[in-house]
Amino acid sequence: METTYLKAINEALFEEMERDEKVFLLGEDIGVLGGAFKATEGVFEKFGPERVIDTPISESLIVGTAIGAAVLGMRPVAEMQFADFISCGFDQIVNMAATLRYRHGGKAKVPMVIRAPSGAGIHGGLFHSQNPEAWFFHSPGLKIVAPATAYDAKGLLKSAIRDDDPVLYFEHKFLYRRIKEDLPAEEYLVPLGKAEVKRAGKDMTIITYGSALHLCLEAAKILEKEKLEMEVVDLRTILPLDKKTILDSVKKTNKVMVVHEDRKTGGIGGEIAAIISEEAFEYLDGPVMRVAAQDTHYAFSPTLEEFILPNTEKIVVKARELARY
Amino acid sequence: MRLTREFEEEVLRLYKQGKILGGVYCGYGQEAVSVGTTYSLEKGDFIFPLHRDIGAILTKGIDPNILLAQLLGKKTGFSKGKESFLHAGDLESGFFGATSMLAATLPVAAGAALKFKLNKEKHIAVAFFGEGASSRGDFHEALNFSGIHKLPIVYVCENNFYAYSTPQNLQMAIEDLADRATGYGFKGMVTSGNDIHAVLKTMQKAVERARSGDGPTLVECKTYRYHGHSEHDMATYRTKEEVIEWESRDPIPRYEVYLEKKGYDLGKIKEEVSGKIKGVIDEAVKFAEESPYPEGKEAMEDLYATPI
Repeated sequence: METTYLKAINEALFEEMERDEKVFLLGEDIGVLGGAFKATEGVFEKFGPERVIDTPISESLIVGTAIGAAVLGMRPVAEMQFADFISCGFDQIVNMAATLRYRHGGKAKVPMVIRAPSGAGIHGGLFHSQNPEAWFFHSPGLKIVAPATAYDAKGLLKSAIRDDDPVLYFEHKFLYRRIKEDLPAEEYLVPLGKAEVKRAGKDMTIITYGSALHLCLEAAKILEKEKLEMEVVDLRTILPLDKKTILDSVKKTNKVMVVHEDRKTGGIGGEIAAIISEEAFEYLDGPVMRVAAQDTHYAFSPTLEEFILPNTEKIVVKARELARY
Repeated sequence: MRLTREFEEEVLRLYKQGKILGGVYCGYGQEAVSVGTTYSLEKGDFIFPLHRDIGAILTKGIDPNILLAQLLGKKTGFSKGKESFLHAGDLESGFFGATSMLAATLPVAAGAALKFKLNKEKHIAVAFFGEGASSRGDFHEALNFSGIHKLPIVYVCENNFYAYSTPQNLQMAIEDLADRATGYGFKGMVTSGNDIHAVLKTMQKAVERARSGDGPTLVECKTYRYHGHSEHDMATYRTKEEVIEWESRDPIPRYEVYLEKKGYDLGKIKEEVSGKIKGVIDEAVKFAEESPYPEGKEAMEDLYATPI
């Protein structure tokens, strides 16, 4: 049976909570309700109120409490109801969790995960559509993952829960019920820090993550008819970046573009372009191009949202431009 | 209390000699709070102290050598030179390092208490904060959650009446911060933070409550810092009379008077204690001064438990 991206997340939580009693969940409306998106559906019924804790609307508390329990040996998985609200827990993430091990002389571990439903394309408007990964990308001590498929959503969440560092897990809510696939019956993990080539090609590389992966794969199909063999690299982990997979692909195709749903200015794409420029300049046959959201807020009206967000057509147009070099 | 004070006096000497870079924030005058609260705890309990709580750290049994090395930024300090002053801790000893975003440790302390509760451990968490930090949202979020779940935690407010230069009447419209506990469904207690016996007595009740599963207590200790917010602050926002008045309530002479009244040979005790303290401090200074600084490249270590 095919499993949705949302169900994959749910299964990962179930499996990890069954495997390790140190794993517990905390967040807003995750218990009886099963989460605003139903990611924790059934977990409360199975594991009870001590391991699925409904908190007040207090993001700083959710993150801070997870940190306190984590340093004492638990493995909390905290949920932000929407990734947009993570700003209310910002200080706890970047100043408390990210620095903890460093300032305790390497003798502290912070094995915690913060799940945050992110992303636009669902008519969420300014405060239910954000992609806040770049705010944290600048913060050493954190790890950031952003799965694009149901397989990766499950495998990465399981790895994140088992990891001994604070992991921000950005799950794209546009994908929750829109994508599904057959998942292995047996247990599997997807390692943190490893990008994956989701489509091999020789003419041009697209580096992407999150829901933009699916736009890139669609664009690649269109471009195939124009004799352009696109290679699509899905980062999966954003911090730290898998530089080797990025650079190997660049060296193979010599042309590269970065596509993400987050805004262009200050986005991950700029850093990737800089890495390629510094470490593989001599392999490039053209500039590193970017397709990303417009530098504005995630506006509500469908016409505005369509203008703002990347789509298949915008990727195809940019790829044709790059192909001319 | 005397060890704490004399340790801080040594810290000040080193600071004036330029051996401690960055800021120094003293708890001078607040020793009864930091020592008295921590004295009431057991092994396995966790403290979340502030920059003015060297007393709590020493009372928890932390090695003064390592503490002083930490203050000097040496490799042998808790953070191996990575962070200044008291933003580092020793988790094995139950001492958590705060950040500069005061009140941010309160939700973390609630998390430690939650762990004790979930695992049915008899340990408790003690979280320190100044009255200044209570203006932040983290204070509200942590106390609210702790009240809901009756967490085994004691919130110790060191009310020294000034948040840097801002007096209490510009921070809140109430006199006793402990009153706020009512809004979170648990008990608030006010005590003299300059009387070690008062602190011990109040803490005993709060600790007992936390350990027996009856939930948190907010203990407000009224006290005073003799020095400025930090050593570069001349504290001109306070009157001389006010400082003198509080100096007359100094917790150390107060305890000495108590000992004398009880018939102890104060002279003998003081002499013995002085000798011991001098030995401890001299050794700490020697250890810290002789310890090396870390190498520059060590700045890249200890970021991740499992680096990728």
